[in-house]
Amino acid sequence: MSKKMTLHLRIWRQPGPNAPGKFVTYTIRDVSPDMSLLELLDVLNEELIKKGEPPVEFDSDCREGICGTCGFLVNGVAHGPKRGRTACQQYLRDFKDGETITLEPFRAKAFPVIKDLVVDRSAFDRIMAAGGYISVNTGSAPDANSIPIPKEIAEQAFDAAVCIGCGACVAACPNASASLFVSAKIAHLALLPQGQPERVRRVLRMVEQMDKEGFGDCSNHGECEAVCPKNISIKHIALMRREYLRALWSL
Amino acid sequence: MALAIKLDSKAPSGPLESRWTRHKDSLKLVSPANKRKYTILVVGTGLAGASAAASLAELGYNVKSFCIHDSPRRAHSIAAQGGINAAKNYRNDGDSVWRLFFDTIKGGDYRARESNVYRLAELSVNIIDQCVAQGVPFAREYGGLLDTRSFGGALVERTFYARGQTGQQLLLGAYSAMMRQVDAGRITLYPRREMLDLVVINGQARGIVCRNLITGELEAYAGDAVVLCTGGYGNIYFHTTYGRSSNATAIWRCHKRGALFANPCFTQIHPTCIPITGTYQSKLTLMSESLRNDGRVWVPKKKGDTRPPTEIPEDERDYFLERKYPTYGNLTPRDIASRAVKAVCDEGRGVGPTGRAVYLDFSDAIREKGIDYIKEQYGNLFEMYQHITGEDPYKVPMRIYPAVHYTMGGLWVDYNLMSTIPGLFVLGEANFSDHGANRLGASALMQGLADGYFIIPYTIGDYFANTTLPKVSTEHSAFKDSLAEVQRFLTRLLSIKGTKTTLEFHRELGMILWDYVGMSRNAQGLQIAIEKIRQLREEFWNDLKVHGDANTLNKNLEMAGRVADFLELAELMAIDALHREESCGAHFREEYQTPEGEALRNDEKFCYVAAWEYTGDLSKPELHKEPLVFEFVKPTVRSYK
Ligand SMILES: Cc1cc2nc3c(=O)[nH]c(=O)nc-3n(C[C@H](O)[C@H](O)[C@H](O)COP(=O)(O)OP(=O)(O)OC[C@H]3O[C@@H](n4cnc5c(N)ncnc54)[C@H](O)[C@@H]3O)c2cc1C
Ligand code: FES
Repeated sequence: MSKKMTLHLRIWRQPGPNAPGKFVTYTIRDVSPDMSLLELLDVLNEELIKKGEPPVEFDSDCREGICGTCGFLVNGVAHGPKRGRTACQQYLRDFKDGETITLEPFRAKAFPVIKDLVVDRSAFDRIMAAGGYISVNTGSAPDANSIPIPKEIAEQAFDAAVCIGCGACVAACPNASASLFVSAKIAHLALLPQGQPERVRRVLRMVEQMDKEGFGDCSNHGECEAVCPKNISIKHIALMRREYLRALWSL
Repeated sequence: MALAIKLDSKAPSGPLESRWTRHKDSLKLVSPANKRKYTILVVGTGLAGASAAASLAELGYNVKSFCIHDSPRRAHSIAAQGGINAAKNYRNDGDSVWRLFFDTIKGGDYRARESNVYRLAELSVNIIDQCVAQGVPFAREYGGLLDTRSFGGALVERTFYARGQTGQQLLLGAYSAMMRQVDAGRITLYPRREMLDLVVINGQARGIVCRNLITGELEAYAGDAVVLCTGGYGNIYFHTTYGRSSNATAIWRCHKRGALFANPCFTQIHPTCIPITGTYQSKLTLMSESLRNDGRVWVPKKKGDTRPPTEIPEDERDYFLERKYPTYGNLTPRDIASRAVKAVCDEGRGVGPTGRAVYLDFSDAIREKGIDYIKEQYGNLFEMYQHITGEDPYKVPMRIYPAVHYTMGGLWVDYNLMSTIPGLFVLGEANFSDHGANRLGASALMQGLADGYFIIPYTIGDYFANTTLPKVSTEHSAFKDSLAEVQRFLTRLLSIKGTKTTLEFHRELGMILWDYVGMSRNAQGLQIAIEKIRQLREEFWNDLKVHGDANTLNKNLEMAGRVADFLELAELMAIDALHREESCGAHFREEYQTPEGEALRNDEKFCYVAAWEYTGDLSKPELHKEPLVFEFVKPTVRSYK
């Protein structure tokens, strides 16, 4: 059995979208290093409920790094210290005994805070609605093997398609740009033969919607790539720029 | 107040191969101009819900889509790892629609409808076409064509996959089709909504009541049909592979409004999950069945052998699945593999700190096929394992143990996917339809998408064309009553002000079910379970402590409502398990087994679907039986030797 730890959690508490927020510090003793960070929050919430205090609201669902529901800043870093992982995949063994861990919501104009660590990321859905798809009605598809796709191309498309839409890229970007998120979808579909017919419309509309939602511009800081739990490369943003210029020329 | 329910499966007769085609041809159609006059409420946005919402909107219906998550893309289908079956026979290895049908019926231990399962196998081919056209990046071979692999219970390679995240890619495909319809104005999204009641007017499903999870407000929505796609209820066991918000609430409230609940005790326990390490643990993580393509399952031959796995020589290891089931080996179906794992652990040969684990070892495959191959196939799963356990499975074997993973049971539906409440359709894991007493791997994704893309678009039109639907609005008294009832329920939860938290009740309930209604069951244990569940429910309503108010985001209150429903459903599961005096598939009754310890079915007495009706008394549900008739396959002893 590994040694138990004591941790201090300094958490942003904000009762509602328009209410002022503040940091509150809690101490939790005797926890196992094999516990995940979200499980630590579960334990804290149990204690708070028992004491009659409001539990900390935070989003999570799959708790295995695939649904993109969880996410907040851990000591200022989106999702936390271990790179290439979501908040739900951070384990206490990666923190120091006695450490104070600061948790606060993703901060971006386009992601308003709902309560405590919960933010509204519906802007992402609206960007997807603007063009993140291939128009194919159910029932009209040709046989799946009628479009061979070279393995390397399929793999490249896949590397972009793994985006979980968590919003860490936005939270990490000094400009709160959504470029990594948007470019991942554009790259995924632009690389595939099925995506060609709508290539121009897609990039124009998605970029336009991104701007409308109040996300900032990309100025190549690269912070997004560093926090992306799926290690999506910033090279997709370059691809998106090329796609965008190409689209403008083709108009 | 038992209803005079006659279960009519509406399954067509005649030659099996043409049943669905003939059925479709007999269905009435709604004209394109009339479709937009119908409003369909689709609850849930997993594979079933997203594919249904997209396809119905494409046809021109007016669709409202609801989900608990903050975005439709986060439904728990996203977490499916291994793959999706389809009888494409691209490999020329002898696969066919018939064979997929046969494997599924046999895998389900002859407790599913032949007509449904055949249709599922038939539609499987269209699903792959549809998904590829949407841009789903399935794994490919160097020639550019689609790759496949094996899954449990099959001797052919028919499982299509997208690395270890097939569910994610399929769901994002369906989600994108949905978002296209959002853009077209034919789907309105209602995320962060939890359906808390079904509104039935003149015997027809005409609306739902939801809680807006951000503001806490109760909202009513009226429509012409309700399509329920709210997933499985396995979270009732507490420690499971489900997401946090997976629940039984939607189906349970529909059940209480008159929808029969079929085979509630058929729950799947998946053999390969990362074992429990502590009580604080919130969930269990699956290690996909696909790993059994290359991983070999073993334990030491000796009891209490505590040497590290790498120091145990080959001849002191027991590859028990290969030994007991030489034909299928490590790819025996889940129910059988799980019981075999439990058996070796019960014998004292389990490994790891708790002794409740076995090894899943890749060293042979790494030696034979190279580490790059293993990385390409399973990279993300290996990574996930390492994140959780801190151990490197490329170097030491994984340790795995069974965990609750899927529910074959669900609301009863006919061949048109309609429940016993007219206008209430149930799709995906929420229904009971195709997997009998045990689901084969890679078949849930197939079923969800078959239901949503290819079945509901046909059958719902027939319902509309044959039904008079008077105009109703949310001003109707039935909506008002339902809103008031839900309000009372929430107020009651908040006003108990006891001492025990929702989580404590949930964990306790999970333990009862795992011990008595889990991998193996017996009459005495089930009776104990029923007693304990009743007591716990009583205690819940007297001693629960929920914090805060109903008029704000309050996840603790959400969970309390779900646990309240789990506490009711749990009793029905135990009652169903007690009544089914046979072993079949995942339902293993210790009293009914062969001398080798395999499941012993009783086709004479139990070859039926047990569909339970809510009578107003949780302890006295009324059983209705839908007999299962096998015209094309002969139920035999299921052998994987
Ligand atoms: C870890 C894991 C791995 C799996 N791997 C595979 C695999 O490789 N192959 C395979 O075939 N199957 C696999 N399965 C099974 C398969 O993923 C599921 O059975 C299937 O995805 C269920 O889809 P669904 O659409 O029915 O429900 P879900 O995807 O669970 O969606 C349910 C939806 O309903 C919503 N909802 C629920 N309750 C309410 C409510 N009260 N009000 C409003 N909305 C509600 C949710 O928000 C969500 O949108 C796996 C399952 C798990 C857990
Ligand atoms: S909860 Fe799903 S990614 Fe963290």
